[in-house]
Amino acid sequence: MSLLSVSGLTKRFGGVIANRDVSFAVAPGELVGVIGPNGAGKSTLFDLVTGFQRADAGRVRLDGADVTRLRPDEIAQRGVARTFQKLRPFSDMSVLENVMVGAFLRTAEVAVAREAAHHALASVGLADRADAHARGLSTGQRKRLELARALATRPRLLLLDEVTGGVDQATIPGLVRLVRELHASGLALVVIEHNMRVIMELAQRIVALQLGEVIADAPPSEIVRNPRVIDAYLGQAWRP
Amino acid sequence: MTRAAARRAALVVLLLAALAFPAVFTLPFPRHVMIMIFLYGSLAVAWNILAGYCGQISLGHAVFFGIGAYTSTLLVARAGVSPWLGMLAGAALAVIVSQAVGFPVFRLRGHYFAIATIAVGEIVQTLVINWDWAGGARGVFVPIKRPDSFVNFQFNESKAVYYYIALGLLLLGLAVTRRLEGSRRGYYFRAIREDQEAAASLGVHVAREKLRAMAVSAGLTALGGTFYAQYLLFIDPEAVFPLSLSILICLVSVLGGVGTLWGPVVGAAVLVPLSEYTRVWLGGTGKALDLVIYGALIVLVAVAQPSGLVGLARRMAPRTNE
Repeated sequence: MSLLSVSGLTKRFGGVIANRDVSFAVAPGELVGVIGPNGAGKSTLFDLVTGFQRADAGRVRLDGADVTRLRPDEIAQRGVARTFQKLRPFSDMSVLENVMVGAFLRTAEVAVAREAAHHALASVGLADRADAHARGLSTGQRKRLELARALATRPRLLLLDEVTGGVDQATIPGLVRLVRELHASGLALVVIEHNMRVIMELAQRIVALQLGEVIADAPPSEIVRNPRVIDAYLGQAWRP
Repeated sequence: MTRAAARRAALVVLLLAALAFPAVFTLPFPRHVMIMIFLYGSLAVAWNILAGYCGQISLGHAVFFGIGAYTSTLLVARAGVSPWLGMLAGAALAVIVSQAVGFPVFRLRGHYFAIATIAVGEIVQTLVINWDWAGGARGVFVPIKRPDSFVNFQFNESKAVYYYIALGLLLLGLAVTRRLEGSRRGYYFRAIREDQEAAASLGVHVAREKLRAMAVSAGLTALGGTFYAQYLLFIDPEAVFPLSLSILICLVSVLGGVGTLWGPVVGAAVLVPLSEYTRVWLGGTGKALDLVIYGALIVLVAVAQPSGLVGLARRMAPRTNE
């Protein structure tokens, strides 16, 4: 059975249809990429799956259970974590405290949460910044912080909204390696990514969106040859 | 001596000094000033739990103060119930009202939330002014009982007992805050203050946590209201429900430093003597001078040091680690 299954998801904002009849599934341990031009509805899709927006139609299921109407915290409780396109660190808290908030989902004990947070920070390579203020981090470090915070909730499924967006070229390989390690550890991931080289390298399957609709759902090697994806997103330079 | 041990020693000295104060200062006025510091300190500490830690700026906290004052006073004046029981009843009622008000109002954010709490405060004050059974605009007297007794919560012979009760209220508020700081709930409150969407994505039930912060804050504020009524033995809507009180509670915290344990106490220790002494020195002619000075201080804090006096002290203290 698929871990996450989305069927017929539709979301309108006034006259704009952000998602139209979107359906796809994620198997346990799978890494699925989501691509599409700006305004294709990628982040809205994440918001619908994680309860931040209410779908006008369609269903979101986790392990077969309907979670369409649940609140964000209830979705998190069920093992779905996410990051945001616009980074949202708890600026006035330390890096460690940021991650502890995530860890508290699985324990009420401060000492246990602190331990789990240290562990999560080590896994993203931020152990040495644990006591720093979150506001003092670079963009790349903040991305890692948000990853650690999400990981501290011990998710089964992690939704990443732009892994490499807004970071410099030198930082990208480290972040990509990190995502690959997470995948290798058995975590299922859905990754929104604009950097085609990165997503081709990472994803087992890619879902392409355009104007809120799924125009392709295939392995990367097929996606790059799909004429609709080339027209909508990749551009003629990709045509083999 | 480590930093933590030094802190603990300083706190013990401070506490002993507070306990010994009435023995040294036997005149009513200095005791009165200290009582007011403790009272406003405890109100600001309570406000700080909701506004400083959880980030929900309320400008309607006089509602809870007034509920505390009116509940105990009406119970003792109309039914002869001990103000101590009235104090608990007032706190319970304030908690209930806070949840009823918070449920719709917490849908609003930031400035809109603050404005809505002002409206709630104005509505409640107007209701009480027009409530004849509760004394209306004329207010209610607490029936004078002789001789002094603990059960009656009246101590006319010496302010010392009021002093210790007020100190107790402040210490209670600080203990609750301290406990909160070291618990999951405290982390959740701060996370909500910083970014409630991010908090929700990590499994924080934002609406429920805000209501809890409001409940604790309202209950503690109501205790102060009862104390005030028993200290002055007369209340009216203009004294216990005014917007100016809500704003003063906020100012005390902001001056001292919001979101810190000691900020509200520091704020009260600066503002209350300022207000009390200018009142005494200048009498009626200088009635508003303390408010002018408040205003100037707030502008100064807002411009120069948004984290308040406690933040200023932290910045000036030698850095140990970062």
